[in-house]
Amino acid sequence: MTTLLEVHGLTKRFGGLQAVGALDLRVAAGEIVGLIGPNGAGKTTVFHLIAGFHAPTAGAIRFKGASVVGLKPHAICRRGLARTFQIVQPFAALSTLDNVMVGALNRAGDVAAARRSALEIVEFVGLGAKSRLPARSLTLSDRKRLEMARGLATGPELLLLDEVMSGLNPTEIDEIIGLIRRIHARGVSLLIIEHVMQAIMALSDRLVVLHHGEKLAEGAPAEVARDRRVIEAYLGEEGEPRDAAGRGPRGPGRAIREEEA
Amino acid sequence: MAARAAAVVALGALVAAPPLLPKYFLEVLISVLFFAYLGASWNVLGGYAGQFSFGHAAFFGIGAYTSTLLFLRTGLTPWLGMLAGGGLAAAFGLLAGYLSFRYGLKGPYFSLVTLAFAEMLRVVAVNTKAVGSSLGLVVPTAHPAPHLFLFAGKLPYYYIILAMALGALAVTWVVERSRLGYALAAVRENEDAAEAAGVDALGVKLRAMAISSFLTALGGTFYAQYFAYIDPGITFGPTVSIQGLLPAIVGGAGTVLGPLLGSFVLTPVSELTRALLRGRAGADVMLYGLVLVLVISFLPQGLMGFIRGRRAGGARP
Amino acid sequence: MTSGLLLQAAVSGILLGGVYGLVASGLTLIFGVLRIINFAHGAVMMLGMYASYWLFVWAGIDPYASILITAPLFFAIGVGIEKVIIEPNRGAAEHNQLLLTLGLALFLENLALVLWQGDFRTLRVPYAGASFVIGEALVELPRLIAAAGAVLMTLGLFGFLRTTDVGKAIRALAEEPEGAMLVGIDVARIRSVAFGIGSACVAVAGALVTPFFYVAPDVGETFNIMAFVVVVLGGMGNFVGALAGGFIVGLAESLGAAILPGSLKQLVVFFLFVLVLLFRPQGLFGGARGR
Repeated sequence: MTTLLEVHGLTKRFGGLQAVGALDLRVAAGEIVGLIGPNGAGKTTVFHLIAGFHAPTAGAIRFKGASVVGLKPHAICRRGLARTFQIVQPFAALSTLDNVMVGALNRAGDVAAARRSALEIVEFVGLGAKSRLPARSLTLSDRKRLEMARGLATGPELLLLDEVMSGLNPTEIDEIIGLIRRIHARGVSLLIIEHVMQAIMALSDRLVVLHHGEKLAEGAPAEVARDRRVIEAYLGEEGEPRDAAGRGPRGPGRAIREEEA
Repeated sequence: MAARAAAVVALGALVAAPPLLPKYFLEVLISVLFFAYLGASWNVLGGYAGQFSFGHAAFFGIGAYTSTLLFLRTGLTPWLGMLAGGGLAAAFGLLAGYLSFRYGLKGPYFSLVTLAFAEMLRVVAVNTKAVGSSLGLVVPTAHPAPHLFLFAGKLPYYYIILAMALGALAVTWVVERSRLGYALAAVRENEDAAEAAGVDALGVKLRAMAISSFLTALGGTFYAQYFAYIDPGITFGPTVSIQGLLPAIVGGAGTVLGPLLGSFVLTPVSELTRALLRGRAGADVMLYGLVLVLVISFLPQGLMGFIRGRRAGGARP
Repeated sequence: MTSGLLLQAAVSGILLGGVYGLVASGLTLIFGVLRIINFAHGAVMMLGMYASYWLFVWAGIDPYASILITAPLFFAIGVGIEKVIIEPNRGAAEHNQLLLTLGLALFLENLALVLWQGDFRTLRVPYAGASFVIGEALVELPRLIAAAGAVLMTLGLFGFLRTTDVGKAIRALAEEPEGAMLVGIDVARIRSVAFGIGSACVAVAGALVTPFFYVAPDVGETFNIMAFVVVVLGGMGNFVGALAGGFIVGLAESLGAAILPGSLKQLVVFFLFVLVLLFRPQGLFGGARGR
């Protein structure tokens, strides 16, 4: 399996605070890798570093064999690495279609080709009926789809998804899980940050757990869920398994417990 | 379809009517188109790229002084001098733009720095004998010579500024639909998201800056040839910067027709004010200030925004 | 270039710099609390100068005494402007808020032009020519009083912000707008008060300079630019920075005037401005918001 993304010794310090420490991470072509960890673990910072929004304090980031450290985000995107934002960032005044066209222009030769490509992707993510609506009028769930569509339109080999399921209800979550699988089926590798445990467990080939900016554990979802250190990191003081968002034993904690049993 | 018919009629009127108009109306119409032109030029950077320059006078002045100096000192026809001025202004704009955007100046900070650049040029002009300092430069109009951009009577100037205004609107229209237009809209809405989608924000802003500064400079040459006199205050001063951006804001920044509409509303009103408050200097600018406050307060998207809001939808700005 | 000339330049620069500091303090207060760059600040100062001028011409009130009238008057005017024009547009895009104060500035400056024409007026007080000598430098009394008054007022403002309830509310709002709301501060009222105080400061600065500065509709523009430079240099929302920045800019301007011919001194100030904006936008002393 060819390695698409290789991160080695990645470190980021903001003043005296270390957000990410000596992280090693790998995503092979065709994989779905989940990046999980309690709030504040530094996951989004890792995305910022990979996508070129922050410069690393130390460490190497190689995409398709070439270093991307120091490149501007747009240049990294052109090489085939796209990302979504944790708090969705649509081009509010532009239509759904135009939003996606901006991404499509990354690969398309002209505006007409970009429009064709964007239309196809807008349909693919299920926003076909809303293509002419201004992005600001979309629901949160639709904005998340739009964010993913725009990233997909840039023609990436690797797509970074940052908590696309946060704020969604269970039905919407299921729909997004389906969409992610379909994106994967198109040949896009994925690195996903997620707090909704069932989703990330179900989707990922491999999980990487981050805690206080450092890698705590790595492996198949089942193994990671059994890992004592991971459970402790998520547990906190009360001894009740909680997910990173602080919710009780209903969802994620139950998933971990079930794996244990 | 009705809109298209109206546009054709309006265009027809703009082309055919002027020879029949009394001199004063022709002058006002020239002013309207002149400010529409300046507004459209500003609009490429201000409305479309979302970078509100308060210092476009810098480019206006560079255009006016370059063509005039070349004409006075070397006899070069202002038709060519105009292009030289445009090129020089674009170069200055790229330099100023690169410094500003590279160092991340946005919003009010960008506005302030452009203001500073324009003022610096003004101070240099005031203190440089070779360009006439405060006394300015006079363009000799005694002998009309079309090949030297000098005409007897106002009508030729009218058609020139009409062509320029339509040309600027055409440039805006083409840009809006091009890849650059999409990239500009993205950067304007959300620069980080644009970068993440593969848009080179810096490159795109610089392109807008080059177009905007080039066009504005051409306007400076027109002014010099039409009014036959330029000085640092007129060409590099904040007044022309403001007069350039007002039509675009009032009409609707980021739209093709906005500057034209804005100028058609603002200019006659300011002329009227000046006529009514005869000789009271400042009455028209006072009006600009009032209009600006009112438009921002009640019509923040300008007239075009208001018109579009009436017809439902309209996703593209 | 004699040392005497340099000393003179330094003295004049520092004295005028004190006034710049006061003007800038008002501007930085408004920025810190309302997060807007008030382009109309200079215009309000100009109106304050006219107010002091007319009070002197019609009622013989000494400009320094006129402060007792103009300060509260312009506080009220500032509150009015904030409530009527600025507050309703709080949700507007940043560049629109900028244009708003620009429009106000244009309106006020040209209102003055229409009402009182562009003639330069000067206010001749009996002690206008009084001066004394320090070393080789001549210190004019009105300039010294202006500087002292400005510094006093700025320090007074500082003290007000530290010790009074309103002052603390202002600082709270500047630092943490949502927190301030949560603890029950009437943030809309505080915003009006802040704008009012900023306007009063600048009107006082205007009164202080009328004995030695010409009065005309465009005089505000000069101080406006200076105030922006000082605020950017000192850091947006930073009072110590405004005061220190005022002195630095005043000094730079007047040393520039001593060394460069004509009006090129303005280049020195603009150059400084551009440099700070590009390379240290949070100001030399760090501001409430960097960029």
